[in-house]
Amino acid sequence: MDSIVLVKQVPDTKNITAKTMKEDGTVNRAALPAVFNPDDLCALELALQVRERFGGTVKVMSMGPLRAVEVLRDALCRGADEAILLSDKRFAAADTLATSYTLSRAIQKIGRFDLIFCGRQAIDGDTAQVGPQLAEKLGIPQASYAQEVWLDNGKVRVRREVEGGFEVLALPTPALITVSGGYVLPRPKSAKRIIKYRRLTAKPEIENQLKKEHDEWSEAELRNRVEEEAEKLARAGLLVPVWGMEDFNVDVQRIGLVGSPTRVWKVLSVTLHTGESRKVEASESGVLAMMRELVNDHVLG
Amino acid sequence: MASKQEIWIFAEQEENRLKPVALELLGKARDLADDLDVKVGALLLGSEVRELSQPLTEHGADTIYLADHPELKMYRTLPYAKVITRTIEDYKPQIVLFGATMIGRDLAPRIASHLVTGLTADCTDLQIGDYLDPFTAQNFEKILYQIRPAFGGNVIATIVGPRHSPQMATVREGVMKALPPGNHRVAQTAPATVELTNAEAAVEIIEHYRKPKTVDLRAARIIVSGGAGVGGKEGFDLIRNLARTLGGEVGASRAAVDAGYIAKDHQVGQTGTTVRPVLYIACGISGAVQHRVGMQESAKIIAINSDPDAPILSIAHYGIIGDLNKVIPMMIQAYKRI
Repeated sequence: MDSIVLVKQVPDTKNITAKTMKEDGTVNRAALPAVFNPDDLCALELALQVRERFGGTVKVMSMGPLRAVEVLRDALCRGADEAILLSDKRFAAADTLATSYTLSRAIQKIGRFDLIFCGRQAIDGDTAQVGPQLAEKLGIPQASYAQEVWLDNGKVRVRREVEGGFEVLALPTPALITVSGGYVLPRPKSAKRIIKYRRLTAKPEIENQLKKEHDEWSEAELRNRVEEEAEKLARAGLLVPVWGMEDFNVDVQRIGLVGSPTRVWKVLSVTLHTGESRKVEASESGVLAMMRELVNDHVLG
Repeated sequence: MASKQEIWIFAEQEENRLKPVALELLGKARDLADDLDVKVGALLLGSEVRELSQPLTEHGADTIYLADHPELKMYRTLPYAKVITRTIEDYKPQIVLFGATMIGRDLAPRIASHLVTGLTADCTDLQIGDYLDPFTAQNFEKILYQIRPAFGGNVIATIVGPRHSPQMATVREGVMKALPPGNHRVAQTAPATVELTNAEAAVEIIEHYRKPKTVDLRAARIIVSGGAGVGGKEGFDLIRNLARTLGGEVGASRAAVDAGYIAKDHQVGQTGTTVRPVLYIACGISGAVQHRVGMQESAKIIAINSDPDAPILSIAHYGIIGDLNKVIPMMIQAYKRI
């Protein structure tokens, strides 16, 4: 069972303010503490469990700015075999349709797979749409809200949550599975892998680093040194390939802002409304007065 | 077929009973349709569900697009997506709305992807208005404003998708209002396009289990809710006691449900139920935004929390800083005295 797990680095939405949004209504991700999207951690966990029980490989893929290497490193530390980053300015500001399109093209380049695992939804967009849209583009069946995945007679079985209960589906492969948090417990990173992957990086990061340290180098020299370093790290399994627009087949009209049918027009910060907020003393008399008032107002019968 | 520019809703049903959200969607669709002077269609899929045309008509549908087929008896993504996609392609509605239920959020994205159109998730408001595209200076008239919380509920975003058709959205349950049923209303039935092949039958349902809901929070006038501060399963006895005394239902925050203090049926909040009772009493609930979005429209809110900085206190009409184990008995006592 070869799986691809899609993971996303997201702004920690417990710490959002109006200052961290850009003029066009899209998020300014660079300004916020970034975390591994919680549902994606659960998706990774299910993929790892499938590998443990039935063999195969687990690749993780993320679409995002260079910084997303951090979640790829995290995923490798939890047991993933390989990581790929899709990163290009032109992928940015994509809605779910453009995102799922971009991901589908990259997956088509990867080639063979049995299962795709995605988190159900990301804590920034909160749409839960990329998984199903990706499945549609790849022309494969989907199972959302998955809690457990196993094999039976060559077909994949998924136990998934439905309203008020659960159901078990039998799906042919390849198929896509979305996982929501609350049922699966993500395993921790292993100490051995943390040490191994400390030096994990991507070419653009190498370039940035070397440029900073050696601004006396010429363009050509820098390029050679970057190649050298990248090759060394790649041989050690410590280089994350970064695919930009030119690295796999995409129609420029269908990616990024251009390829997004939906636009964010206005954004209003939600503020706590104080209204007529009153403090009631935690005493018998205070509580009695409040209950009296509620009865008088016909709130309580 | 030329487009009649209708507004459609997905009439979600389970076991041949319409989900409340279907009627809520009809109420909103009726509103929007009256604004645009077009008709309302309801997509009804299932097996032997024809009789559901009646309540759909009474609640505002002009046309029922019916797909009655044994393969559609239980919801599965592929057959439902195929039927709806082909029907939309044939009749070309301008707007299609789904409830943001587990089914809606599994189904709608698949359809929108196939139709290469925009989809906005979990809308809490919909309006018709004009839109001037800042990139092209093109002006679009009478498009759908899709208003929804994002970033974990920290912002309210207005999303538009004027360039693609149909404009699609999933709509949060318990927010829109159903129309009072009118048995004077009439509707016609039209056939949905049902062309099911082996490809759609690829996924089998091996097992399906649903527990009947033990509590109906949305119908409750009074809700007494417990959070992590309740401290345990036994702690909820106090909550139940107060609820029983006041004639209310028991709610819970996600933290309490995740900790195993009470069943998920009682969960209020972004991933639970959205409620709008006359009185909401939050006990030992901190009031994270994901909980607040599920109850902040309550007419009156009482919050009991020992933490003076708990966010819930700022939206409460009555804020009590204290130990719920002491305050709740005081409330029960006081109520009995009045």
